[in-house]
Amino acid sequence: MSAVLRTVGLSKTFGGFKANADVSLSFAPGARHALIGPNGAGKTTFINLLTGVLPPTSGEVYLGDEQITKLPQHVRVKRGMTRTFQINTLFPGLTALESMVLACCEHDGRGGVWWRAASSERTAIDAATAILAQLKLDRDAATLTRELPYGKQRLLEIALALATRPKVLLLDEPAAGIPSAESAELFAVIANLPREVTIVFIEHDMDLVFKFAQRITVMVGGTVLVEGTPDEIAGDRRVREVYLGEAEHA
Amino acid sequence: MSAAGLPTQRWSKLEIAFWLIPIAAFFAFPKYLTLGSQILITALFALSLDLILGYARIISLGQAAFFGLGAYTAGLLAKYGWGEPLSGLVLGGLVASLAGLVTSFLVVRGQDLTRLMVTLGIGLMFYEAANQATSITGGVDGLSGVVMGKLFGVFSFGMDGRTAYVYSLVVLFIVFCCARTLVRSPFGLSLRGIREGEKRMPAIGASVPRKLVAVYTIGAGIAGIAGALLAQTTQFVGIDSLGFPRSADLMIMLVLGGTGYLYGGIIGAAVFMLMQDYLSNLNPVYWQFWLGLLLVIIVLFARGGLLGGLIALRQRLASRWE
Amino acid sequence: MIGNFIGVLFDGIAYGSLLFVISIGLSVTMGLMNFVNLAHGAFAMVGGYACVLAMTRLGVPFLATLPIAFVVSAAAGIVLERTLYRRLYRATHLDQVLFSIGLVFMSIAATTYFFGPQQQPVQLPAFLRGQVHVLGIDLGAYRLFLIGIVVAITIALTLLIERTRFGAEIRASVDNQQASAGLGINVYRVFSLTFALGSGLAGLGGGLGIDVLGLDPTFPLKYMVYFLLVVAVGGAGTVKGPLFAALILGVFDVAGKYYVPQVGSFIIYVVMVVMLIVFPRGLVGRHA
Repeated sequence: MSAVLRTVGLSKTFGGFKANADVSLSFAPGARHALIGPNGAGKTTFINLLTGVLPPTSGEVYLGDEQITKLPQHVRVKRGMTRTFQINTLFPGLTALESMVLACCEHDGRGGVWWRAASSERTAIDAATAILAQLKLDRDAATLTRELPYGKQRLLEIALALATRPKVLLLDEPAAGIPSAESAELFAVIANLPREVTIVFIEHDMDLVFKFAQRITVMVGGTVLVEGTPDEIAGDRRVREVYLGEAEHA
Repeated sequence: MSAAGLPTQRWSKLEIAFWLIPIAAFFAFPKYLTLGSQILITALFALSLDLILGYARIISLGQAAFFGLGAYTAGLLAKYGWGEPLSGLVLGGLVASLAGLVTSFLVVRGQDLTRLMVTLGIGLMFYEAANQATSITGGVDGLSGVVMGKLFGVFSFGMDGRTAYVYSLVVLFIVFCCARTLVRSPFGLSLRGIREGEKRMPAIGASVPRKLVAVYTIGAGIAGIAGALLAQTTQFVGIDSLGFPRSADLMIMLVLGGTGYLYGGIIGAAVFMLMQDYLSNLNPVYWQFWLGLLLVIIVLFARGGLLGGLIALRQRLASRWE
Repeated sequence: MIGNFIGVLFDGIAYGSLLFVISIGLSVTMGLMNFVNLAHGAFAMVGGYACVLAMTRLGVPFLATLPIAFVVSAAAGIVLERTLYRRLYRATHLDQVLFSIGLVFMSIAATTYFFGPQQQPVQLPAFLRGQVHVLGIDLGAYRLFLIGIVVAITIALTLLIERTRFGAEIRASVDNQQASAGLGINVYRVFSLTFALGSGLAGLGGGLGIDVLGLDPTFPLKYMVYFLLVVAVGGAGTVKGPLFAALILGVFDVAGKYYVPQVGSFIIYVVMVVMLIVFPRGLVGRHA
């Protein structure tokens, strides 16, 4: 079964600091794959390298059979790989619906249409409304993003990613800053996403990780420590050392 | 605006009322039509900057270069035998937008300071080039001998300024309508997206540089049309239409009226030019001083300009009457 | 021919040194406060006019007016920084540009009102006029003096920034404002003093430059591009970058005007645009 996304020897060095060192991972189609590790392990850097926000110091990224290492961010999105951000990266002055319509128009290739009003883009509006409903944000369609409560902003963060109809969805701490009661709900939404979409997510809440992930990769200090099923990871002594050792020193 | 705030194409009553004013002015102030044309042309010029500055947030200090390009194109065409106004207008706009396209690649790279320097540099380069190429442009003396043919073969550009005024008004209105449509379109929405969340744009599959290039080119083209208008209606092109003070004045007008509303540039241009006509004849040094002071005050206290202030006032009044 | 070339080179270096003295303040404040200040030339102008006033009204000899220029401009800098500039540190670059253009207009108008639009003359002391014979070439005495002053200032500045505590505070604040504040550095005091220092140096440069650049009320506008250019090409927030940029620009400008006078200033702008394309973050790139 060929990987839908994989990296070969991906590295990123800042000055003398190795944020990612020789990371070679592959993700199976339809996977629910968690990326965990202590703070500073290089997980977000890895996502930034995958999506093209940062250029790698060395190594390659493959989406399906195609090498995408040199492609700019927005082209990778068009090829089917989208990410969300750990810190809300939204459009504060746009309403939820406007943000979604913007994303849907871009996806449909209608981002350059200048001769019709945005309100005439029925296809995009319908698609946007549907996704908002899917994430239970339909009542907030007319609310400005900056006036949405944090939890809903986090949902909008995911909604925007869904608007690009991704084959691979990279979620960077989707539940960051959300109390546990709500985060279970958020992950239920994620779990309801179509099976064909490959989901890779970074998370710190171990309950959520073990509940939703089918496969887990542990990163420490910029490299991959171990990878396996949730049971394997739970039982792995090195992983426990990394986390328990941390807890002891904390 | 539709239910969820998505922009429509509907014209509000205020807007319709607004456009009746220049029409009324044509009949009410027949002796001031030349000044009126100047205001309309400057308003068009300010509109071009509003798209670039107000919507795309590109700090451009060299917009006058495109204005000048359009002016010299139309002027030279007319001087050397091609006096047909409309084609001269279109060609002026095309030449300017071509220059805008070529220079846009320099402008969309880099951060604010670099952009500022590049646009300033481009403006200064064009000025110097025009200054040196005296055989073509007339240098400091300006380009004269611009002979305009009749508009549609019927209306000649007479001393009364009537044809010039109507011509300028119609061109302004048509270009404004196009700009208005653009701003309310998906493309306009993406411009707002760049303004509100530039970092997210590539993450939803949008190429920011490409959109900025498009806006900058369009803005340059509109500035060129304005310049061509000036050349055709005054039958003269002065070199200071290219200079930095021109670009600075334009920015002041736009900020005075309010950026990002499309109407702000028009209002700002009108207010600025009326004030300038009245005050700077009194004493040019005073004019410059108060202008500088006005700018400082606007930045510190009245950032939205006239329109921003009016809109805020209206919102406050509306909420008080609820 | 070679003599001419060296002469042009020498003139260019002298000119560039002058640009450097005036622009270095802009580089440090731009790198420090991230404030795009188009009015920097106005502080240079203030210094120049302070020199002129001191010479004509108070009979002070030229060299003694230079420290006066420094002090007057530094004082103007502190006052404006505390009252106006400080409010706009968090404003958008556009607002800063507009604000500083407003200040430029006001300064030009005020100067025209008080001093008239004409060029201000300067009486150089006798030993600085004429030529000096160095290694078989005749070099302008004043230009030699300029280069000497700039070398001294560069050394002094570098020592200040590298060796003193205040310099360390400046470097820390340029690097990371929040962390510096967290360490107990009074960042606002650093801003004020740095702004004053930068303005003072600009004023000094203004006074030094009366003979080379001229002095009239349009000075801030006329040379605005050059100062911004030096900082943009050299890289805001450093000393070395603007130094190289100023020297390069100075040499190219003088050489351009000498060898291809019909193209004149055009060369500078082309050089600038080219350099900004190749080094979008400046020669010694820092965050702009």
